[in-house]
Amino acid sequence: MKTNDISRREFLRRVGLGAAAVTAASIPGCSPSTQNKGPQGSETAEIPTDSMTTRHNPTTGDDVSLLGYGCMRWPTIEGDPDDKLDQEEINRLVDKAIAHGVNYFDTSPAYCKGRSEEATGIALSRHPRDSYYIATKLSNFSPSTWSREAGEQMYRNSLKNLRTDHIDYMLLHAVGMGGPDNLRSRYIDNGMLDFLLAEREAGRIRNLGFSYHGDIEVFDHLLAENDRYRWDFVQIQLNYVDWHHANAEYLYGELSKRGIPAVIMEPLLGGRLANVPDHIVARLKQREPQRSVASWAFRFAGTHPGVLTVLSGMTYMDHLEDNLRSFCPLQPLDDEEMQFLYDTADLMTKFPTIPCNDCKYCMPCPYGIDIPSILLHYNRCVNEGNVPAGMQDENYAQARRAFLVGYDRAVPGLRQASHCIGCGQCAPHCPQQINIPRELHRIDQYVETLKQA
Amino acid sequence: MLRKIRIVLAAVSITLVTLLFLDFTGTLHHWFGWLAKIQFLPALLALNAGVTAALVAITLLFGRVYCSLICPLGIMQDIFARFGRMRRKYRYSYSPALTVLRLVMLALMAASIILGISAIVVLLAPYSAYGRIAGNLLAPVWMLGNNALAVVAERAESYAFYSVDVWIKSGLSIAVAAVTLIALGILSWKNGRTYCNTICPVGTILGYLSRFSLLRPVIDTSKCNACGLCERNCKAACIDSKQHKIDYTRCVACMNCIDTCRHGAISYTRRYSKTAGADPSQRRSFIATAAALGTTAALQAQEKTVDGGLAAITDKQRPERRTPIVPPGAKSIKHLSNHCTACQLCVAACPNGVLRPSTDLTRLMQPESSYERGYCRPECTRCSEVCPAGAITPVTREEKTAVQIGHAVWVADNCVPLTDGVECGNCARHCPAGAIQMVASDPQDTDSPKIPVVNTARCIGCGACENLCPARPFSAIYVEGYEKHRIN
Repeated sequence: MKTNDISRREFLRRVGLGAAAVTAASIPGCSPSTQNKGPQGSETAEIPTDSMTTRHNPTTGDDVSLLGYGCMRWPTIEGDPDDKLDQEEINRLVDKAIAHGVNYFDTSPAYCKGRSEEATGIALSRHPRDSYYIATKLSNFSPSTWSREAGEQMYRNSLKNLRTDHIDYMLLHAVGMGGPDNLRSRYIDNGMLDFLLAEREAGRIRNLGFSYHGDIEVFDHLLAENDRYRWDFVQIQLNYVDWHHANAEYLYGELSKRGIPAVIMEPLLGGRLANVPDHIVARLKQREPQRSVASWAFRFAGTHPGVLTVLSGMTYMDHLEDNLRSFCPLQPLDDEEMQFLYDTADLMTKFPTIPCNDCKYCMPCPYGIDIPSILLHYNRCVNEGNVPAGMQDENYAQARRAFLVGYDRAVPGLRQASHCIGCGQCAPHCPQQINIPRELHRIDQYVETLKQA
Repeated sequence: MLRKIRIVLAAVSITLVTLLFLDFTGTLHHWFGWLAKIQFLPALLALNAGVTAALVAITLLFGRVYCSLICPLGIMQDIFARFGRMRRKYRYSYSPALTVLRLVMLALMAASIILGISAIVVLLAPYSAYGRIAGNLLAPVWMLGNNALAVVAERAESYAFYSVDVWIKSGLSIAVAAVTLIALGILSWKNGRTYCNTICPVGTILGYLSRFSLLRPVIDTSKCNACGLCERNCKAACIDSKQHKIDYTRCVACMNCIDTCRHGAISYTRRYSKTAGADPSQRRSFIATAAALGTTAALQAQEKTVDGGLAAITDKQRPERRTPIVPPGAKSIKHLSNHCTACQLCVAACPNGVLRPSTDLTRLMQPESSYERGYCRPECTRCSEVCPAGAITPVTREEKTAVQIGHAVWVADNCVPLTDGVECGNCARHCPAGAIQMVASDPQDTDSPKIPVVNTARCIGCGACENLCPARPFSAIYVEGYEKHRIN
């Protein structure tokens, strides 16, 4: 589905990038023959600036880069107690992404403690407005923002923070969490959905869609009403583990049946498909020694033709570069490779990791617990084989030390699972529907057995 | 030769004792914990007849070698004196003994022990004074160094070092330790062992014993030309070179005089031998000294609108307890108070941030428990293992689970199910004794918020509930101590 007809925008972009490429090539001291050039897509290859795979949006005719930039994991200033965002680094990342053809940027008023939109707006406004598409959401999670006034204000604030007069892709944020009642309270009864539809009529919203997590009834209902709402796109969670082990196959099937482009979130399951148990690494690397573990997940998501763009929250430059290699251009997987990934997923789900994607929707915990850090530490220990089942385990002493010392390093004592009172305020916010209090209590009990052993 | 042996042994001894106070991992106690237990006053208070008898025997054989080799406060003063000597050699002179002062201090000590005036006992106990210096002044520096290494280790993905909390356990103890260090530092810098020979009650006891010691430095008047070098080099100020006499109650057997004498007139020898022994006897005594040390070694036995972020956590504050809490093994507040010399080895060893020196005058600087930073964890018996004075007697893990050191008290005003309207039960979930149950606050309504009820008959007072209670700064459940511990 790669489009080869060059639009005006595409033409301008390519010319601009060509200039950039010339500048790069003229850096002295690097004669091409001595450079360490691997095959295309390999970990050391030069990333071409003109070969990003794009997909065509039938309603507005946008040619969207298959790699979209997720703006919920922007880098923070190192050592800053308040996790202020590192604007300089964000600008660098955005410049690099745009230079390599990324043109879809997905943010939300809730991301990065509410700072993502402004930082994204600053970085993007340094480029011509028609060289990228902005996606943002109406993130009215808190009941205090359920009124029409508060909703409109959140929308207008997004325009202001993003320094623009129109949103290219607007989403109802995470519908399905909290079931149909929640959808009604947030978007239907208060008239916010009507408001957004009117904004689309007026051209200030170019595409309207929703991102879906949780209750399947809500997804089915919104698609059933497609004639009324005319969804331009829908954002779903899709990756090779969720294809069979969750409902990704169903979600994608429903969308392609109706010809609605799918925007993919969590292609890496919050990084869990980049950070896998050792034997899975060996399995994937054996097939493609030159490619990263993560590249498999991106190629899987991108191979589906109904996918408009695959979002990835790239915090570090090397994340961005690695992902660009997977999409410049995309090498689709064949059926045999797809099956290989489904088998891999079956192997992975045998590992008892907790499906936390570090999205931080559960945070802040009112009692100060650092929920994602606890779950991620546990997952890390599972992957590294540092969760001994009993004292008979061969490496019991080292594993115990690695788990306990690592726990104190990953999570300060006062924010550890032992302080979870089980109030349950976090659980409804989890898009992965993890029973957070139960998992925290389970981990706490495990820590107790390790300490008392 | 003898002097060099003394210096080497003393250096090893003070290093190991100091490390006992610095090593928070507890590994060193396993090997060298006995070094704390052979200290004279703790052994005496622990009614440890074996150690006390051995120390008396050693003193009767070799003189006050205890003061030069085992007592860390004595060795510390030697170190300061050495710095002083680098600036000016041969700067001491003989002074008559202050016998009255010494006996008064000894009597004061004895009376305080018998009457249970622990504040005086702990201030006069020499080993404990050193322990407080090591634990209050050195340990924080050591731990900060460890934390720096832990940062490096973390970068290197190594689990060799882990970081620990450094906190001020008691301002008073730090002040007392600092004053002791400065005062003794200056005193010994200028005058050597003045403290040991005037104030220290242990020095006085061992001093009067060493008058009868078998081996001792003896001046051979036939070789002595009364040059006075030995006197001017004696940090105990006990050699009267004019009279060729040594005051053996004050001699700490440091052997400096033997090395100083250019005429070989002083030798370490049997008390009644007329002629000074030459090298062979010295070798014999070295072997004897080594053997003596060997025997001591054998004695060892909010509302969410955005994603992410962390809620601020207020520090816990110490509740007002009507009865203080002392750790399992202490038996009772009285027992602890009567035996403890406040060396604070237990405070340094506690890995859970529970023990800290008391500021109460009747238990000055002796340990007490509080649970703002951690609780008395079921697997830990560290304080009872390290205590040299028998103030915290040894308990096993299993015994510990049955010792009731206090009981939990519920404070309705702070309890989050009532104040915040949320489910909690963290106290009940973490109670190792199963003494807490959650019940509906309204007996008529099973759906009403659940509150904890404490079965005091099962509660052991470990403080898990108090420490893990979400209410801050004051917990909704806290522990009141028992004056006398009970065995469940």
